[in-house]
Amino acid sequence: MTQTVKDRVIAILAEQAVMDVSDIRMEDTLDDLGLDSLGLVESIFAIEEAFDISVPFNANAPDKSGFDISSVAAIVTAVEGLVSEQAA
Amino acid sequence: MKRVVITGAGTINALAHDVKGTLEAFREGRCGITELDIRDSERLTIRIGGQVHNWDPEVNFNRQQIVLYDKFTQFTLLAARQAIAQSGLDFDGHLGYEAGVVLGTAAGGVNTWDDNYRTVYEEGKNRVHPFVVPKLMNNAAASHVSMEFNLKGPTFTVSTACASSNHAMGQAFHMVRSGMCRAMVTGGSESMLCFGGIKAWEGLRVMSKDACRPFSLNRNGMVQGEGAAVFVFEEYEQAKRRGAEILAEVVGFAMTSDASDIVMPSKQGAARAISGALRDAHLNPEGVGYINAHGTGTAANDKTECAAVADVFGPHADRLMISSTKSMHGHLIGGTGAVELLACIMALRDGVIAPTIGYEEPDPECALDVVPNVARQARVEVALSNAFAFGGLNAVLALRRAP
Repeated sequence: MTQTVKDRVIAILAEQAVMDVSDIRMEDTLDDLGLDSLGLVESIFAIEEAFDISVPFNANAPDKSGFDISSVAAIVTAVEGLVSEQAA
Repeated sequence: MKRVVITGAGTINALAHDVKGTLEAFREGRCGITELDIRDSERLTIRIGGQVHNWDPEVNFNRQQIVLYDKFTQFTLLAARQAIAQSGLDFDGHLGYEAGVVLGTAAGGVNTWDDNYRTVYEEGKNRVHPFVVPKLMNNAAASHVSMEFNLKGPTFTVSTACASSNHAMGQAFHMVRSGMCRAMVTGGSESMLCFGGIKAWEGLRVMSKDACRPFSLNRNGMVQGEGAAVFVFEEYEQAKRRGAEILAEVVGFAMTSDASDIVMPSKQGAARAISGALRDAHLNPEGVGYINAHGTGTAANDKTECAAVADVFGPHADRLMISSTKSMHGHLIGGTGAVELLACIMALRDGVIAPTIGYEEPDPECALDVVPNVARQARVEVALSNAFAFGGLNAVLALRRAP
């Protein structure tokens, strides 16, 4: 598989947001994508399944979860970190 | 319209196997949440809960009964026996035709589902015990209570997630108030502390890994509990005539639907249920001294609930007390309103307000008197019990001191 982590994360978010992959910009926030709390929890589940990782995320304290969801770029960086940690 | 009073109460939960022990724990602000002792817990992310410990079904039930009774039914029957014994009512005669059972549970026999899915999926067996269906069905507990006590009137189960018990008790209240029944056995139970039950909840990512801290700024989610509480609701004139001890009067009930979101609560929906219960009871907001909060310890519930209370009560919101006993016994889901009604009875009858324990940091969005960490003495005339369920279904009961 030649798809990067970034491509796969964007594909997952695009599917949740019912958007075209090409319409998603790295600086978009979840709000920009129209993802609510349920959409976010579902996206994280899809990411965990896709990369076989465990994402530390508590919906009660999103800021303190150690998983930055402030933008698409932040999510991609966080997932890349978790994937490389797992490979190490 | 008849007046409705409570003449019996029973419970089993993480704090105690009876009402006396539970109220003692409320007074002491004791936490019943522990590490979970269940099969495969090492595969769980969430490993704490308000679990009932030292539960030996064989002490209370014979072999034939245990084969038919899921844990949620066992808990219910134990609580019902205590409540009916306290009430002193005997349903063997004509009264049995004028009394029924309405109980709440969100999920019924979850342990039975879990055990038997293991049998067929994990162990690959092609046969399960013949009584799986009558054991797991949501109405099993209500039916077994009706059988054990000869209750032949309206009997059914209400399932509205976290509001199940309050909806159930609201129905029982209406039936006695309207004169349809002379007494009702009501409350609720839940028992989903098993691998599948917890695993399902983990998925929502709203569970705390360490503690239930309602209204505290550092709260990080809910903690599940298990158990039951059952009450006898009785027509006041009959209770007075026979000299029964009255624990409290039920004076109002209201239910609303948010009609907006399957998991996120709504301030308007909650506020309409609270003000509806006051209107039903012909009470002014200023008459309310204590609210047993839904207070789950999630970010969403606690701030929405406090905003709803502030909206309904105005300046009086700062004078009343509001606490969440889920911090001690966990969230019993469909059984939670029933166990929490005990805190309302304690406030009205004993003048003791159960605290919100685990409270560490004030949250400006929950700036009410949440009775932090230590129980308080106070004379209370009217108490409310809030329940706001997933699905946007809200149910609020209003209780008054015994006449």
